[in-house]
Amino acid sequence: MIGIKDRVAVVGMGCTKFGELWDKEALDLAVDAAYEAYEDAGVEPKDIQAVWLGHAYEGLTGTRLARALKLDYVPVTHVENLCCSGTDAFRNACYGVASGAYDIVMAVGMEKLKDNGQAGQRSGIDPDVTSRTKFVDAAPPSFAFLATRYFHHYGLSYEEGKKILAKIAVKNHHNGALNPKAMLQKEITLEEVVNAPIVAYPLGLYDCCGISDGGAAAIITTPEIAKRLRKDYITVKALSVVCGAMQGTLQSDYDFVHIEETVRASRMAYQEFGIKDPRREIHMAEVHDCFTITELLICEDLGFSPRGKGPEDVLKGTFELDGELPVNTDGGLNTFGHPIGASGLRMIYEVYKQFQGKAGPRQLKRIDTGLVHNLGGAPPGNYTVTITILGRP
Amino acid sequence: MLDHTYAGTKVWAECDLLIQRVTEIFKGEKLMIGITAYGTYIPLWRMRRDLISAGKTGEKAVASFDEDSVTMAVAAADNCLADMDRQSIDGLFFASTTSPYKEKLVSTIIAAVLDLPKEILTADFTNSLRSGTIAMKSAMDSVSAGSAKQILVVVTDCRLGAPGSDFEHSCGDGAAAFIIGNKDIVAGVEGFHSTFSEIMDVWRADGDQFIRNGEERFVQSQGYQKVVPPTVTRLMKQKNLTAKDFAKAIVNGSTSRRQRDICRTIGFDPKTQVQDGLFDTVGNTGAALTPMLLAYALEQAKPDQLFLAASYGDGCDAFVLRTTGLVGKAKSKLSVKEQIASKRMVPDYKTYLEWRGLLTMQRLSRPLAGPISVAALWRDQQYILPFHGVKCQVCGTVQYPPQRVCTKCHTKDKFDAVRLAGKRGTVFTYSLDYLSSGIEPPPVAITVFDFEGGGRALLMMTDRILSEVKIGMPVEMTFRKYFSHEGIHNYIWKTMPVRRELLTGGKA
Repeated sequence: MIGIKDRVAVVGMGCTKFGELWDKEALDLAVDAAYEAYEDAGVEPKDIQAVWLGHAYEGLTGTRLARALKLDYVPVTHVENLCCSGTDAFRNACYGVASGAYDIVMAVGMEKLKDNGQAGQRSGIDPDVTSRTKFVDAAPPSFAFLATRYFHHYGLSYEEGKKILAKIAVKNHHNGALNPKAMLQKEITLEEVVNAPIVAYPLGLYDCCGISDGGAAAIITTPEIAKRLRKDYITVKALSVVCGAMQGTLQSDYDFVHIEETVRASRMAYQEFGIKDPRREIHMAEVHDCFTITELLICEDLGFSPRGKGPEDVLKGTFELDGELPVNTDGGLNTFGHPIGASGLRMIYEVYKQFQGKAGPRQLKRIDTGLVHNLGGAPPGNYTVTITILGRP
Repeated sequence: MLDHTYAGTKVWAECDLLIQRVTEIFKGEKLMIGITAYGTYIPLWRMRRDLISAGKTGEKAVASFDEDSVTMAVAAADNCLADMDRQSIDGLFFASTTSPYKEKLVSTIIAAVLDLPKEILTADFTNSLRSGTIAMKSAMDSVSAGSAKQILVVVTDCRLGAPGSDFEHSCGDGAAAFIIGNKDIVAGVEGFHSTFSEIMDVWRADGDQFIRNGEERFVQSQGYQKVVPPTVTRLMKQKNLTAKDFAKAIVNGSTSRRQRDICRTIGFDPKTQVQDGLFDTVGNTGAALTPMLLAYALEQAKPDQLFLAASYGDGCDAFVLRTTGLVGKAKSKLSVKEQIASKRMVPDYKTYLEWRGLLTMQRLSRPLAGPISVAALWRDQQYILPFHGVKCQVCGTVQYPPQRVCTKCHTKDKFDAVRLAGKRGTVFTYSLDYLSSGIEPPPVAITVFDFEGGGRALLMMTDRILSEVKIGMPVEMTFRKYFSHEGIHNYIWKTMPVRRELLTGGKA
């Protein structure tokens, strides 16, 4: 296996502000993100040879994007992998270039959730086409299972557990407050998080990411072409996708305190890039904090913290902006909300900007390796996880 | 081509059976028919009547928001069947005035849920408060005629009185189930008499939500009091019995006073011979009342005692039953007494109204999406109704829902079906969803549930109080209604606290 390491480069990116964008439809967000990316890369729309479009609930086919962007007779492939749709579109675009089939391609993620006419999440996410004959829980309780079990497994009282999770929300809100593209740009206190109304016990309002609209895009090319376009391009070091097969509920030995799909995907990605000590070798991570408990488990599953020691790292600030290994420097899903197909590319956008030193007040001092992690589906055992590792050429 | 040899053998075998029966009859040994097992279901929830009207006394059993006649019938039948071999049941009769369908059998739903054999007679007896005793009589006749050996009769009611009406105060919800057969009889039927009476006393027309009734004094004097005593008296006379011969009289009545009065009219001693009507604990369970009280009486009965059981509704059905030496031995999972003692109180009248669909609270919740696929409902019924999981023939892993390829050893299509319905287990983890959709007032308790003996499923928990929901909590399964949409009642299995462990009751 040759692998993807250093075979493709990200040469331009765009990302809209995320939020309740009542005056925009999904395709407007794709247009805004794509044109920012064209400009950033210094390419023309006609230079794009193929497009991969990630979204989950936005209708069918790639022609919608072709129509919006007036891409004349180029392939547009719709990629759907729930919350991983954006990073899976990115991955497909990377392989498109790495295969030699194309020189310059684009990955676009978009999602318009606020047209559904209600607050909060839609009815239970059933990755199967629903026949409505069986019970399907919504995302908040499905992730809350992990929190309930984590507290129990490690002997944390409700108050102790809530405080640890609250620290994650406080950190992400702090970062989001420094980001003009975040939906929520406001600091919150530990007390506010702990005392917020419960959405799905034990998770409260601030433990859950919001529902928002957004779009993001990346232009991907060969390192040779990238060199001609700009100096500060970044390269892809590893790509992995892992799909669970419902082991979490089919097998009664699954523990609900880790997510095996993340463990497996990270193992594949670390091997592809050659990472042995992720805590030292990875300098920043954008991870799928759909809920605070998810971020806690991810940090253990990715090997940032030893098993069961995630809380210690959270409490001592390891993952904060000035910590040892900053996580979700842009504010995460926690402050961006989660427009399904857009989130993954938004996370890559943050890593890209950090590499280029353009992250403003959130700028990190040292960054050579960044990791992006997405996780989608429900319940545990039924997840898709994508991991994207980015670095300097 | 007909196999003559086989057909001949069959005819001779049947002739043998006939000769045997005729001989028995001539010898004066009548084939005994009777009740071989019984079980009841009283919902966990009770409402104090003074929540409806100040000063009213007693309480009534109230079906939870996710219960109806079908789910209660399943619970009573399950209680009655206990560990019995279900393959030996060759008929299921359902009786109720509150079937959820106008056109469609519900006995078929119940037979499927209970895993009864496919090739049995299923029938619904509806529209009358006598439907339960009519179903029992029909079952007895079927067994007597030799067309069935064991028929399961389930009688259930969940009647709705208009808010504030006498009916709303008096009606309670519940169900009873019997197996009628000719072997291992607990109480044999020695006589039956029926009278019809055409009178508009209690009725509910097609499309009516609530029960209606005629003027109370007319109903009592020209209906109940005019029909029940002569029917019972005539039956006793036929059997050369007098009121003194009976251990207990189980007579339908809308209040305990009326029940006592009518028993006195017939000649029973109200102090010693009248079966407690559960009016202040359960309420009038409609078609299920006489069957439920009969089951209650049998729980306390001794061998060789006579019982009189009479129902009332568009006439009267009366039975004479005699207990056998097996009466103390037939044990349902939970007795009436235990079910009365294990209870939780409906907190207020508003909750009751909401449960019955008479009040709709607007809540911030995820709306339900899309229609129910009837094809999927049919295709998946083995894992929806009797809650069948599969067990891998190679590695033994129990899996729910059923899979094509084993989750552990990856063997394809080598599974045995396992009935997981009714199994106990423990909560592995849970959440309380405050924004959930459906007919349940939030939060919805959702559990990851590990079955005793292997297997795991993700199920809602019902009949719980929030403070008791914990990891490691022992739970049992219960068949409930999920939601109704476009005339389809969608049923589902849930978990609930172990009912037997709630015997102290009333904590809610």
